[in-house]
Amino acid sequence: MNIHEHQGKEVLRRYGVAVPQGRACFTVDEAVAAARELGFPCVVKAQIHAGGRGKAGGVKLVRDEAAAKAAATELLGKTLVTHQTGPQGRVVRRLLVEEGCQIARELYLGMVVDRGTGRATLMASTEGGVEIEEVAARTPEKILRETIDPVVGLAGYQARRIAFGLGLTKEQMGKAVGFLQALGRAFVECDCALAEINPLVVTQSGDLLALDAKIGFDDNALFRHPDLRELNDTNEQDPREIEAAKYDLSYIALAGNIGCMVNGAGLAMATMDSVKAAGGEPANFLDVGGGANTEKVKAAFKIILSDPAVKAIFINIFGGILRCDVLAEGVVAAAKEVGLSVPLVVRMEGTNVEQGKQILAESGLDIITAADMLEGAQKAVAAAGRAGR
Amino acid sequence: MSVLVSKDTRVLTQGITGATGQLHTRLCREYGSQMVAGVTPGRGGSDFEGIPIFDTVAQAVRETGANASVIYVPPPGAADAILEAADAGIPLVVCITEGVPVLDMVRAKRWLEGKATRLIGPNCPGVITPGQCKIGIMPGYIHTPGTVGVVSRSGTLTYEAVFQLSQLGIGQSTCIGIGGDPIIGTGFIDALRLFQDDPGTDAVIMIGEIGGSAEEEAAAFIEQHVTKPVVSFIAGQTAPKGKRMGHAGAIISGGTGTAAEKIAALEAAGVTMSASPARLGVTMRDALRKAGKLQ
Repeated sequence: MNIHEHQGKEVLRRYGVAVPQGRACFTVDEAVAAARELGFPCVVKAQIHAGGRGKAGGVKLVRDEAAAKAAATELLGKTLVTHQTGPQGRVVRRLLVEEGCQIARELYLGMVVDRGTGRATLMASTEGGVEIEEVAARTPEKILRETIDPVVGLAGYQARRIAFGLGLTKEQMGKAVGFLQALGRAFVECDCALAEINPLVVTQSGDLLALDAKIGFDDNALFRHPDLRELNDTNEQDPREIEAAKYDLSYIALAGNIGCMVNGAGLAMATMDSVKAAGGEPANFLDVGGGANTEKVKAAFKIILSDPAVKAIFINIFGGILRCDVLAEGVVAAAKEVGLSVPLVVRMEGTNVEQGKQILAESGLDIITAADMLEGAQKAVAAAGRAGR
Repeated sequence: MSVLVSKDTRVLTQGITGATGQLHTRLCREYGSQMVAGVTPGRGGSDFEGIPIFDTVAQAVRETGANASVIYVPPPGAADAILEAADAGIPLVVCITEGVPVLDMVRAKRWLEGKATRLIGPNCPGVITPGQCKIGIMPGYIHTPGTVGVVSRSGTLTYEAVFQLSQLGIGQSTCIGIGGDPIIGTGFIDALRLFQDDPGTDAVIMIGEIGGSAEEEAAAFIEQHVTKPVVSFIAGQTAPKGKRMGHAGAIISGGTGTAAEKIAALEAAGVTMSASPARLGVTMRDALRKAGKLQ
C-alpha cells in the first residue's frame, strides 16, 4: 500500500527523521492559510501516488499569498500526467504546502528489502533529485549500500560509512547518523516495503532534511498497523481493484479486451502471456485463489464484466483443491445471475474435470470450450474479434 | 530415488486444528504420507483423527520422531512457527501459509542461519515425491513416480507441468514448490543442486516468473554445475512494470526482473525454453529423447 508524500513525512517525523514543516490542504483556502502560517517563500506540491511531479508542473514555489492562491487553484482538480501515471494521468485532490529551504546539496536515500541477501538494505547516492534507476544503470559505483542485520538494525558505523561516502562534513555526521538510524527504525517498525527520500537535502545552514518521501507498506503486514491502513487513499486505486480486494481476489486492470479469470498467480500470468501470444491483449490479471467458491467466482465475473472494454472472457482453471465442478457451478450461477453479454471461453483441467464439463454442457449457456490454455487463448481472441465488429 | 522427502519421512502438521490444516493433513495421509503428529498450542493431549496433538513442536518431535514439518499457521504466527520448528531441530520445514509479512521472513531467515533446518516456502504448494510422500496442498493424483524433477515459484503452473508429464507417461522424481514470495527458504539453486546430485533424477523442469533475479542466478549456476537437461518457462512475459501480479514477489521494479532478461539468461545457459506453459510436457519429452533417456 502506497501513501502520499505528506503522510509519509508525518510517519517519518514520528521516528525523528528531519522533514520540513508543512500542511496537507484539500481546498484553496486551506492552502492559502497554510502558506500564510508557514511564511514565504514556500512550496505548493500536488499530492498523487506517482513520481515525476516536479517535471510535470505539480510543484510550485510561491513568494506571496496571491501566488499561493494561484498555484493552489491551478493544481487542485488538475489531471497531472507524469512518466509514472500513464497517459491518462491522475487527478490532484490534495496539496502539501511546505516551508521553503535553501538547498546546498541534493542526495538520494532509499530502503528496500533485498531478495538476494534476504535483508533490508539502505542505498544512498550523491546523485539526488534524479531517477535513481538511471544512476544505477549508468554509474552503479555511485550507489552506496549497507545491508541491515535484523538483530541490530542499522549500526552506527554503517550510518557513518554512508555519511562519509556522501561527502558530508564532520559537523554533519551526528545529524546524519541520527537521520539514517531514525529512517531505519521507521522502515522496520512500520513494515515498509519501500522508503525513498529523493532528494535528501543538505541546506545552506548545514541541516539535513527529507525534501520528498515515498513510502510504501507491505500489504501482508497491515493487519498489525491499523493506524497506517487508514492512510489508504482509494482515489488512487482502480475502482475494480478495490471491489476485488473486498472478495480477496487479486485483480489488476490492464488495457486489453480479453477478460481473464484464473486460479493461481503464476497460471494467471501465463494465461495473459498466452492471450498475447494468440494476438490478443488481456483486459486484466485475475487470480481467484485456491479457496474460491461460488460467491468469489460470481464477484470475479461481475468485476470483469464491469470493464466496458471486455469483448470476451477466458476462464482458465487447473483444478486442484478448487474442484472443477465447484468452479463450473460458480460460473453457471454467475452467468445466469449477471447475464452473459460477451463470449465465454472455458478451459479447465484437474480435479473432477468431467463433472465440471458436464455442468457447463447442461447449463444451456453458450460456452466455448478449449482443450488447453493455448487453444483457449486463441478461441477467446477470435471471439473477441467477432464481438468487436 | 528422490530428494527431500520419501516413504520414510515422518510429518508433523503445525496448525493442525485449523480448517486448512485439517483438510490437508487428511489428504496427505490418504495419499500415503506418514502423518505422525500435530501441533496446536493449548490443544496438546487431544488428537485429530487419531493423529496425536502436542502443545509444542519439541514435544511432538520427542514423542513421535517427526523429521519434517508442514505449516498451515495463519500469517501472523507463521514465521514464529518456522522458528519453533527449527529450534526443535526439524531438518525439513515446509511453510504453506500465504501472506507472511516480509520482515517476519527477514528475521526468520536470519534465525535459520547456521541451523541444520531447510525451509521450503512460504506461500508454496509444498513438496511431493510421487507414490511416497506428499507434504502440502498439491492434488496428489496428477503425479506419477519417475525421473523428472520439478521446481517452481508457482503452484498451479506446477500442476500444469506435472499433469502434462503424467499424460505423456513421464513420471516425476520430486516436485518442489519454492513459493512466490520475495524472501523464501529454498531457492532454485538449492533445488537444482539437489536434483543434479540425485541419481534418480534425469532432467529438471524449472518454472519461474517475473520479479527478482533468482532465475538469472539459477542460469549462472546451471551453466557451471548442471549437466542434466533443464526445461523452463517464465510466466509474466506481458506483465506491466510496477504492478504486483498476485505473488508478492512477482513485480518488475527498477527495470529489472523482466521475463525477457530471465529467458535470455536461461537460454544462454543452455536451458530449453518452452514458449507456452501448455508445451512444457512435450518440450521435456523431446529433451529426454535427445538425452537418450526416453525412447
